[in-house]
Amino acid sequence: MATARYVFPHKHLLGIEPLSPDDITAILDQAVAFEEVCERPDIKIVPALRKKLIVNLFFENSTRTRNSFEIAQKRLSAEIINFDADTSSLSKGETLIDTAMNLQAMHPDLIVMRHSAPGAHALLSRHMKASIVNAGDGAHEHPTQALLDAYTLRKKFGRLEGLKVAIVGDIRHSRVVRSNLWLLTKMGAKVTLVAPPTLLPREMKATWPGVEFTSDFDSIIPAMDAIMILRIQFERGTGNFIPGQGEYIRFFQLNEARLRKAKPGVAVLHPGPINRGVEITSEVADGPNNLILDQVTNGVPVRMSVMYLLCHPHGEAVP
Amino acid sequence: MSLLIKNARLLDPSQSLDALGALLVLEGVVAAIGPDAERDPLSVGAEEVLDAGGKLLTPGFVDLHVHFREPGQSRKETIETGSRAAVAGGFTTVCAMPNTRPANDSVAITEMMLTRANKAGLCRYFPIGAVTKGLEGEELADFGTLKEAGCVAFSDDGLPVMNAEVMRRALEYTAWLKVPVVAHEEDKHLAGKGYMHEGAVSASLGCLGIPSAAEEAMVARDLVLAEHTGGHLHLAHISTAGSLRMIREAKARGLHVTCEVTPHHFALTDKELMRFDSDYKMNPPLRSDADLAAVLEALADGTVDAIATDHAPHGWDDKEVELPIAAFGVIGLETALPLTLELLVNKGVITLAKAIALLTWEPAKVFHLDEKGLGTLRPGSPADFTLVDLDAKIQVDRAFIQSRSYNTPFKGWELPGKVVGTWMGGKRVWG
Repeated sequence: MATARYVFPHKHLLGIEPLSPDDITAILDQAVAFEEVCERPDIKIVPALRKKLIVNLFFENSTRTRNSFEIAQKRLSAEIINFDADTSSLSKGETLIDTAMNLQAMHPDLIVMRHSAPGAHALLSRHMKASIVNAGDGAHEHPTQALLDAYTLRKKFGRLEGLKVAIVGDIRHSRVVRSNLWLLTKMGAKVTLVAPPTLLPREMKATWPGVEFTSDFDSIIPAMDAIMILRIQFERGTGNFIPGQGEYIRFFQLNEARLRKAKPGVAVLHPGPINRGVEITSEVADGPNNLILDQVTNGVPVRMSVMYLLCHPHGEAVP
Repeated sequence: MSLLIKNARLLDPSQSLDALGALLVLEGVVAAIGPDAERDPLSVGAEEVLDAGGKLLTPGFVDLHVHFREPGQSRKETIETGSRAAVAGGFTTVCAMPNTRPANDSVAITEMMLTRANKAGLCRYFPIGAVTKGLEGEELADFGTLKEAGCVAFSDDGLPVMNAEVMRRALEYTAWLKVPVVAHEEDKHLAGKGYMHEGAVSASLGCLGIPSAAEEAMVARDLVLAEHTGGHLHLAHISTAGSLRMIREAKARGLHVTCEVTPHHFALTDKELMRFDSDYKMNPPLRSDADLAAVLEALADGTVDAIATDHAPHGWDDKEVELPIAAFGVIGLETALPLTLELLVNKGVITLAKAIALLTWEPAKVFHLDEKGLGTLRPGSPADFTLVDLDAKIQVDRAFIQSRSYNTPFKGWELPGKVVGTWMGGKRVWG
């Protein structure tokens, strides 16, 4: 639990980058309390955000993240408005600033936004009084995903420090990777990024110097405590980044043969949605090592924790 | 009409002049300049006498690269407002890129531009014609006809000429006319949908990058074509270490190649984009520390022929949007001299004389404007000159900026070097 004296020092959650290890621990600890709420047999609701107005502003399609936020908001007793923006990203219609100023005029307390442009939340935060939660901005950050991943790992292993975590897939275009890199390196985990060279920007080393980069998935599997598999979106035009799905499967798919090389207790994570038979086989995705649905379950208390701390930095109205 | 400016520090690199003295202007033309000019018999009866109090007097600056947006986007800038920004920055000559709407690929547009510029009457305005009709990269523009109409160079700036055969013919044809082809070097396939430098910063931000290779691959190609054709290749706003290395080598081998760099490329790096602020978005993008160091080195060793602003005005609504869709470009006319003084002269990269040369005589030679007596204050030249208070500081704020747009990455900067007066043809146009 966060100590009584701790005050959450951020107005927004734009990313993991601005957070300190203490902030991350505070969010995860508070989420433990909310998990208890979520596990209650009957009424899974607390009045922590009663009369707070939250706007969910999704400029990009999202089912699970949005549902997870919405469930978290309902469990906190918040008032919710869903603003479904034109899902064609960066449309030429109303500008983001105009949308923001229109929302501002209704005095929301919190905005949860997903947007295809990296930095869209930073732009929004310069024009709004409400707290902003980043639910994904292009390939930049997806902080609540990294927090729920960390929550899941901490719950299984009891710690993050010293954990060896491989992240496998489209590193270049993944916001999940960047948020996880910030979070895991801040918390002392050892990260190995695995991808074909074209999807593995070596320039990332300048920002995360302790991180390992490799295209040889097989060689690193035995040392890992956790393997996080990312979705490969062949339908979204991987362009000339990878020769094809067959080649990708041959070298980077997490299948039973590869899993046999891993430690017996290795954790398999995936932020979803999964492409069965592409980056991960069904046997592995549904197998005993997988924590994929735990991630989904944990997303709710983690998001409750984030929204709660933004609205109540001093920990008032503790459930 | 006669005008005597006395007690000025005269700095004119075209005649290796750096001395306290006077400038005498008769009927808009330099009649005498130097320590003894005040004693010239004609000076005695000068109708107007100005004591410069020891301030710096240089030839009016020459900018090879501006965008004045007229015709087509006069909400961003007009030839008149752009001209005012120019003279406020000490520039008396500007060369305007043809990516207007419609593009300047015709005598009609060229003449319209010249008419507007004359009406504004603030600075000398030279249109740059398109290399290809409609800037489409396919059909050559009427180079000779456009030159006769007043174009001093040809460029599809903003867009590269991706077809190597078209570029080859353009260089081959213009060699006969003795006008440069100005190349915006960017391989469109390598650049993709990038909107900042591809490097450590873009990788950490998850932003799509424009790799250095996008510029360098095209510089390499065009150096080969320049050598092959004997045409004059002028490379606009060079931004990478690799490009400068190739240009240095090409010059050493005697190729007819010149290049310019912008103040923002010697002042800033891609780290500025860590807050996703589109005031730092331009093309070519702000590059790495190593690239900035290479730009400074190339300025110092003479690889660079000109400091050019790439003055590219955009409105608030073009800029205050998500970074990927924000307009490329920054304004630069008002801040060029102060940045040059602060970052190049005061930091000891180049001398003051060299800095002024890169703003006057050197660029004038690149576009053959020296043949019109520009970039110099030799007797007989048009009396285009700038008076600078090197000790006064300027503060970059909205009131300081004369451009219709305010998309400068130097907001809030305090810099040395105040342009206290600018004269074109002996007429005071600023201050």
